[in-house]
Amino acid sequence: MRSLMLVRRIAARPSIVFEAMTTNEGVAAWFGPDDVPVVRAQMDARVGGAYRVHFRTLDGRDHEACGEFLELIPPRRIVMSWRWTLGGVLEEGGRISRVEIELTPIGDGTELTFTHAGLWSDASEKSHARGWTGALDKLVRYVENAAGTTDITSEAPER
Amino acid sequence: MNYRPRDLDRVFATLSDPTRRAILARLAREESLSISALADPFSIKLPAVMKHLDVLSDAGLITRSKHGRTVQVRLSPAPLRKATEWLRRYERFWSPALDRLAAHAERKEAEAQAAEARAKGKAR
Repeated sequence: MRSLMLVRRIAARPSIVFEAMTTNEGVAAWFGPDDVPVVRAQMDARVGGAYRVHFRTLDGRDHEACGEFLELIPPRRIVMSWRWTLGGVLEEGGRISRVEIELTPIGDGTELTFTHAGLWSDASEKSHARGWTGALDKLVRYVENAAGTTDITSEAPER
Repeated sequence: MNYRPRDLDRVFATLSDPTRRAILARLAREESLSISALADPFSIKLPAVMKHLDVLSDAGLITRSKHGRTVQVRLSPAPLRKATEWLRRYERFWSPALDRLAAHAERKEAEAQAAEARAKGKAR
């Protein structure tokens, strides 16, 4: 299984976070790995609706990702397919992956659980998804010493 | 630094099994182990361990070498590094984006609260 999970606690109600992730203006305000403004965001937020986000990185390169909303439960859950059509992670060669967002109310705010996973992983892999991170961390520490990454942000200056 | 997505799929599929992950974690700690030493902590039988080692070997995650009558197993970190690079690439993409999403949503929340306070004031 090939997945990244990130969690954020946000001091905003789930409906506001949901809107920021499903509307053109919302997505245009934050999308991309750096502060370069988004070129265009088109979100047709309904199940089966398409989205397309075109953005630029600090190195001046253009990237575009697109896909389809697979699940939408306002203001709780968003699932979409993901594919690079320009730039991005080129060696993926147009393969489709999957982005899942869960919004859980906590106090006056929202806990956002974000997962980007490969669609091609089979069901048995999915059942092992939890508990994966810890095991991977150890392995990551082992391979850490030989860095060297190729990625869409690699040409941006190191912070 | 290109690699075929199919190879990476194989690495991730191989890593999806907890026994195989445990084998790799142990090899990460202990550099080189004989097959019987490796099989020791697991409740499964030696042939089952051998099968896992075949899968790990096919994915290029371990190497086996014969020393006299024992076979030594070592971790081969290159494919693992590629797999972690995939995760790291996406982390470097999404992590700052989600930070900006959070900041944006918090600004919108403050605006919404201000608007609600104004509406309440007017209603009075």
